[in-house]
Amino acid sequence: MSATREAPVERPVRADERLAAVGIWRRLLVKPELGSLIGAVVILAFFSAQSDVFRGLSGIANWLDVASTLGIMAVAVALLMIGGHFDLSAGVLTGTTALTVGIVATELDQNIWVAIGAALVLALAIGFANGWLVTRTGLPSFIITLGTFLMLQGLNLGLTKLFTGTVVVRGIAEAPGYHSAELLLASTINVFGQPFRVAIVWWLLATAVASWVLLRTRFGNWVFATGGDEVASRNVGVPARRTTITLFMTTAAAAWLVGSITAVRLTSVQANTGTGQELIYIVAAVIGGCLLTGGFGSAIGAALGALVFGMTQQGIVYLDWDADWFYFFLGAMLLLAVLTNRLVRRYAEAARR
Amino acid sequence: MARRTRLLALALAAPLLLSACSTDDSGSGDGGGGDSGGSAAADGDLSFAVVTHGSAGDAFWDVVQKGAEAAGEDLGVSVDYQSDGDPQRQSQLVQAAVNQDVDGIVVSMANPDALQDSVEAAVAAGIPVITINSGAEQSAQFGAIGHVGQDEAIAGQGAGQRLAQDGATNVLCVVHEAGNIGLEQRCDGASQGLGSEVRLLQVDINDLQAAQSTITSQLQSDPTIDAVLTLNSGVASVAAAAASDAGSEAEIATFDLNGDVISAIQDGSISFAVDQQQYEQGYLPIVMLKLYAQNLNTVGGGQPVLTGPGIVDSTNVDEIADLASAGTR
Repeated sequence: MSATREAPVERPVRADERLAAVGIWRRLLVKPELGSLIGAVVILAFFSAQSDVFRGLSGIANWLDVASTLGIMAVAVALLMIGGHFDLSAGVLTGTTALTVGIVATELDQNIWVAIGAALVLALAIGFANGWLVTRTGLPSFIITLGTFLMLQGLNLGLTKLFTGTVVVRGIAEAPGYHSAELLLASTINVFGQPFRVAIVWWLLATAVASWVLLRTRFGNWVFATGGDEVASRNVGVPARRTTITLFMTTAAAAWLVGSITAVRLTSVQANTGTGQELIYIVAAVIGGCLLTGGFGSAIGAALGALVFGMTQQGIVYLDWDADWFYFFLGAMLLLAVLTNRLVRRYAEAARR
Repeated sequence: MARRTRLLALALAAPLLLSACSTDDSGSGDGGGGDSGGSAAADGDLSFAVVTHGSAGDAFWDVVQKGAEAAGEDLGVSVDYQSDGDPQRQSQLVQAAVNQDVDGIVVSMANPDALQDSVEAAVAAGIPVITINSGAEQSAQFGAIGHVGQDEAIAGQGAGQRLAQDGATNVLCVVHEAGNIGLEQRCDGASQGLGSEVRLLQVDINDLQAAQSTITSQLQSDPTIDAVLTLNSGVASVAAAAASDAGSEAEIATFDLNGDVISAIQDGSISFAVDQQQYEQGYLPIVMLKLYAQNLNTVGGGQPVLTGPGIVDSTNVDEIADLASAGTR
């Protein structure tokens, strides 16, 4: 694509007066991830200056661990938000998949990979159902996934008690195939002698794949188009329905990955796992520059949003602050992110004109 | 130009504001965390971390925190309290304490499997660990030097036996937290103590009004229920109200205390409370860790140190009333 356009670049002497000059600042500011990047750098610098444990390898491994599973979800949720939708069932779905892994492996005595496979099928089916209902009914995804959220919450508790007689699925470590699953999903990797959780690698991978899809593929264009204006995008031939359903299934697949990691890592799963997390994912995506109205945002921004979240959450611990205030800080950051995003959008629109 | 500057200022202001309002606080905190590792132990400048699974704003855990902090003050050691109801987050908080190289860690084990890795990592790092509240069975196995708590099944049995003495036969056990295994153990224990199966009812601790309606409906639909056992003091108060709404004569009993439960025991609408004296679950581990740090003493000899059940009823409620309003019972 760039090869065909090289010719005009060769003669920059006579600027076209019809094109507004866009300064480097303005070009930077329309990047959705800029706000979260600045936030992440400032928070990193602040906590690092205050605590030598925070900036030490063991501290870094600790806050990256917090950011990782959250980040996997935030990236998928960001794609969905760019596509113009919400998924309130995303948090509880991590619990549903984790419980499925646990119940199939321990109560039905299956190999853990069979259990993980079953959880994937279930997750994709739920994601498809969410997407299908949203596109068919035209109801806000907020309402549809709120329904799914509540249903899953009830199912998680009801089925767990039905199968195990209690509210916790235990003994996942005894399932056949556990060690290979542990290696892939819950092991640690030594870097300079410090073990880092393998979930961090999955997080980086998810961010890279999501960024590539968003910025380099036709599907990525469809996501932006659908989220920007669904009717207009359909008029120019974007398969908006298929795009939306795929996005819901992507979020569900991310929930499956996080649920599997949780189940294998903790070897026991509580029936209330993941409940309430969906809002945290949305917060991370919004801190990362996603607009609530869709059509704008980035995967890297969401990953940075998760990083900000992880650093703040553990940083408060390292500084021995009262953690009761954590949600206040989080709320303040969210508000600032939204205000910044609003200004950025004005710039973005001004730059386009 | 002006708008650009304003935008940049806004983006930069966010974390700076956060830091500005807390720098004075963090100075002392950092000192406490940083100075305390290793060699400091010898001259008595100890720092301990308490990591529980209580959710923020839960009155029960507030008392535990008070106990731990009071012990820290009495003994001249620094105590840092953290909590998170999500087991993965809780294990990350334990890991953070290990990274800070504290002189001892107190951890509640509502979900022992999920905490195994981080507790063992603390033990491997040479940090003495005391488990509290639940997880007595796994405590020694994970390498903790002691456990302070109430055996949930024994406490449940105590409640069941008392209800049986009072003549109850059809008991409703109200579970207020989905996913808390300790609550299920209490109800199972109550079944054993009672000698017949109790019936479980699930409510949500975060919506007590709905819990009240649910209990009312249950009492209306089955008038043969002659006792309601709640597992949280907040739920106890709404259960008492539900019984009077439903016109039920059912006896109300509960686990755990608060001011309302105490006045309800005084006026007779709640017959008794099983008190696990969780203040001790905060206080005692700090004492035990200090004894261990200075004298290598352990307490309990491999057996859990039980803080309950203590039964609070009309015979002793008046003495406890003042302590509960001070937030230590």
